[in-house]
Amino acid sequence: MSEIVDKPRSFQEIILRLMTYWASKGCAVLQPYDMEVGAGTFHPATTLRSLGSTPWAAAYVQPSRRPTDGRYGENPNRLQHYYQYQVLIKPSPPDLQELYLGSLKAIGIDTDLHDIRFVEDDWESPTLGAWGLGWEVWCDGMEVSQFTYFQQVGGHDCKPVSGELTYGLERLAMYVLGIDHVMDMPFNDPDAPIALTYGDVFKQTEEEYSRHNFDAANTEKLLTEFERAEAECHALLSEPADDPKTGKRIIMAHPAYDQCIKASHLFNLLDARGVISVTERQAYIGRVRALAKACADAFVQTEAGGFTAEAAE
Amino acid sequence: MPDLLIELFSEEIPARMQKRASEDLKKLITDGLVEAGLTYASAGAFATPRRLALSVEGLLAESPTTVEERKGPRVDAPEKALEGFLRGAGVSKDDLEIRDEKKGQVYFAKITKPGRPAAEIISEVLEKNVRNFPWPKSMRWGSGSLKWVRPLHSILCILSAEDGVEVVPVDIDGITSGNTAFGHRFMSPVTFTVNSFDDYAAKLKKNYVVLDPAERADHIWHDATNQAFAQGLEVVEDKGLLAEVAGLVEWPVVLMGDIGADFLELPPEVLQTSMKEHQKFFSVKNPKTGRIEKFVTVANRETADHGATILAGNQKVLSARLSDAKFFWENDIRTVERHGLEAMSAPLANVTFHNKLGSQGARISRIATLAAQLAPVVGADAKEATLAAKVAKADLSSEMVYEFPELQGIMGRYYAKKAGLSDAVADACRDHYSPLGPSDDVPTEAVSVSVALADKLDTLTGFWAIDEKPTGSKDPFALRRAALGVIRLLITNDVRVSLSRFFDTQLLAHKIAVADENDGVIDTLKEILDEIAEHGVFGAALEAISDKLDENSVDAVNAAAGDLPSASADLLSFFHDRLKVFLRDQGVRHDVIDACLAMPSSDDITLLVKRATALQAMLDTEDGTNLIQGFKRANNILTQAEEKDGVEYSFGADIKFAETEEEKALFAALDAAEAKISPAMADENFTDAMAAMAEMRPAVDAFFEAVQVNADNDIVRRNRLNLLGRIRDICLSVADLTKIES
Repeated sequence: MSEIVDKPRSFQEIILRLMTYWASKGCAVLQPYDMEVGAGTFHPATTLRSLGSTPWAAAYVQPSRRPTDGRYGENPNRLQHYYQYQVLIKPSPPDLQELYLGSLKAIGIDTDLHDIRFVEDDWESPTLGAWGLGWEVWCDGMEVSQFTYFQQVGGHDCKPVSGELTYGLERLAMYVLGIDHVMDMPFNDPDAPIALTYGDVFKQTEEEYSRHNFDAANTEKLLTEFERAEAECHALLSEPADDPKTGKRIIMAHPAYDQCIKASHLFNLLDARGVISVTERQAYIGRVRALAKACADAFVQTEAGGFTAEAAE
Repeated sequence: MPDLLIELFSEEIPARMQKRASEDLKKLITDGLVEAGLTYASAGAFATPRRLALSVEGLLAESPTTVEERKGPRVDAPEKALEGFLRGAGVSKDDLEIRDEKKGQVYFAKITKPGRPAAEIISEVLEKNVRNFPWPKSMRWGSGSLKWVRPLHSILCILSAEDGVEVVPVDIDGITSGNTAFGHRFMSPVTFTVNSFDDYAAKLKKNYVVLDPAERADHIWHDATNQAFAQGLEVVEDKGLLAEVAGLVEWPVVLMGDIGADFLELPPEVLQTSMKEHQKFFSVKNPKTGRIEKFVTVANRETADHGATILAGNQKVLSARLSDAKFFWENDIRTVERHGLEAMSAPLANVTFHNKLGSQGARISRIATLAAQLAPVVGADAKEATLAAKVAKADLSSEMVYEFPELQGIMGRYYAKKAGLSDAVADACRDHYSPLGPSDDVPTEAVSVSVALADKLDTLTGFWAIDEKPTGSKDPFALRRAALGVIRLLITNDVRVSLSRFFDTQLLAHKIAVADENDGVIDTLKEILDEIAEHGVFGAALEAISDKLDENSVDAVNAAAGDLPSASADLLSFFHDRLKVFLRDQGVRHDVIDACLAMPSSDDITLLVKRATALQAMLDTEDGTNLIQGFKRANNILTQAEEKDGVEYSFGADIKFAETEEEKALFAALDAAEAKISPAMADENFTDAMAAMAEMRPAVDAFFEAVQVNADNDIVRRNRLNLLGRIRDICLSVADLTKIES
């Protein structure tokens, strides 16, 4: 077995190595979803594809936004926009832990020198109506990944169970590269003719979005958009399954789910603007969860969700 | 006699579940074996992050053959009855025995159940219990439907005897049993076969797995304390953390590292909490300075660089964490130094305590008022108590407590000192939450006591005012704990106070808080509140102002606070129930407490406890027990006579009608007892009063031995009954002894 022991030199090299590694393990390497999401889990390649019986294996980077974590690019570890690396395999293979440890070696973590531990951490997403059991993975006391066996998504039991891996890329890369402040991290190769740091790419946007998220985002508009997305989601799902134009059975689970994603992000923005009280908060989360559940209900009625005409009879 | 070894090998089991799981495994499997007839000599269970193991020694090789005799129908019963019996018993007619019974000849069957080999039984018992294992949370994985705490990978199950080893065949959803075990995930990722428990434990160790959690914990503690000792330091003991850390590693390697110099000025509690909660580090203290200077982390492996990389990584994570803590600490101090602690408390006005009980801010001002009222009772300065109550919860809006909620109170004390407040106030910030658990220390400093009592009484009366009391096992607001806290505060500090009055005040304060501001009743309620201070209880206060009120106002008051007296009484009885539980643990019987509850001032907990402990002490003596018998006898005779005669025998008996020596002696004994009891009771010296009462015993016993109460002469009879009446009066003056069970 040949192991990659040389250290990566940049943020992007770590991403590239993860891509190569998971591709070599049979995953479809997808691209980020083209919408604003709070975490890689929201990508339909995870949320929807973890439902139903159809096998699935995908890996992708997902830019994620947490408006409340904005620190104007000054905090060494906190960002309102960051990258998650996400792997989802259904059914979860028996050697998923070994596969995961292989990915750490691929990015230059020598497991003979480091202390890797699986520490209990159960996952629950109230907005997705989802939960699973697993661990946070520690490398020398540092949390480098989340490892979860999905048990339920959108209120549906996951049968079979998907294994989900989430890497917080900035934190992991800072650790591997030995960087103390995220903005100092080399984004491309430090010896490249035009060497760029993470700060060169993102410092200004962190400032802009921090100001926007905390002070400028128009809350009235956000509230209206939330309502609109919610209504649109329900409207799409209430359309009949059979498309009158093509005569085909086409349930619009994904377009409806886009509206659910939108509502979820709008809620996060409203939360960052501090206009949602503690009691209202629960109600908003409940509304997003209702959307996620409705989308999950719809998805399992589609082919990708494991629906077959015979089974329905 | 073979030995059984089982190992269930899985992905990482949460540390907090391991101990219970190994105990459950042992109990469930051994119970199952015994139930099937397989007895054993001894058993032991173990857990590591990746395995549960059970060793059963001296197991029977097969279950014993059993013979059961079953009675059938009579010989002359219809054929159908006999057929049914044969079917049920699984025997043929030729096997039956006929016996003569009283009612005629009856068939008997002998059913022999042959013994079964151990392996067969083990296989069934193991499969059943793996499928139904009581994990607090379990999960499915892959395409299967089996549930385990995390994916189950392999089952080792062997029976070893002198003549060899056999694998007990088990197949649970495709996981088949074998005789192989796995080494350490990183240090020895190999499999090996084992042939006995000793072989298993030894080979595990060779492959970097310490099976026994106690051995891992011992090793960690021993190594950590040695390393600290070598540098003149000591490890801060934390048994819970030790057990948890021992559950996170199969091959513990203790590493000690430095806390950056930048962080050494942080309060030790902050260092300790941050290191423990986030990273499961032990704190290492310098005994000379009391400062925390180093940490101990426990890795799960040895490395070629002797842990240098691991330690450096951990140190880096710690620095990031402590930078956060330091940032919070400095911000908080800046706030209190510039604006004072009350300013830090201000945002609590906008924090909801409970949606029916208003904000934390409103709660704090109620507590402050109550603390001032309680101050003279507990010997505190009212102004200081008020100030302490106002700032005691300020740290709830500090950045540090937001990050580490478990530091509430502790940070308050630091911040109070930084704000230049007195030690008494600072201590109250820390101690007013106490006592939490039943074995927690109880505050004794007067200011702390007043705030601690006020805090708990406000919480209790609040939830009583909105009728959200604990039911069954549900006590989401820990009200039982709060009541026990009040009880312990009162007893420990010998505080004499009538609780009902404070219940009424505070219940009314809650009613005022929830009443509609535009409603005219508020002013009236406030007036009543002032009157309670004068007159003691709600009823009397309402009476005192009722002539000032028109009929509508009385109705309005009743609507707003009419349920107050019953809520107050109910809360007192809740306290009495808690007190019973508390005193039962101290050896005081519930009927003893009932006997004392029937006496006046039962809302004075300290008095109640003194009376009850004195009574229990008396009952623990022979004289005491016998006196109770004498009292009961006297009481029974009196009750019957009083019922029959329609009078109460409570007039003084006269010694001149006494006929016997025993009678006269009883007069003397009662006189002597009364002479001692009255002053003792006036002093609330229950011990002496009870002792004096117990001294009456020989005279009472002798009286009943020799004297017939119901004499023919009516004057003598009445006199004797009145004499018994004196016994009753004396006894009842101390406690209601009719409540004592024999």
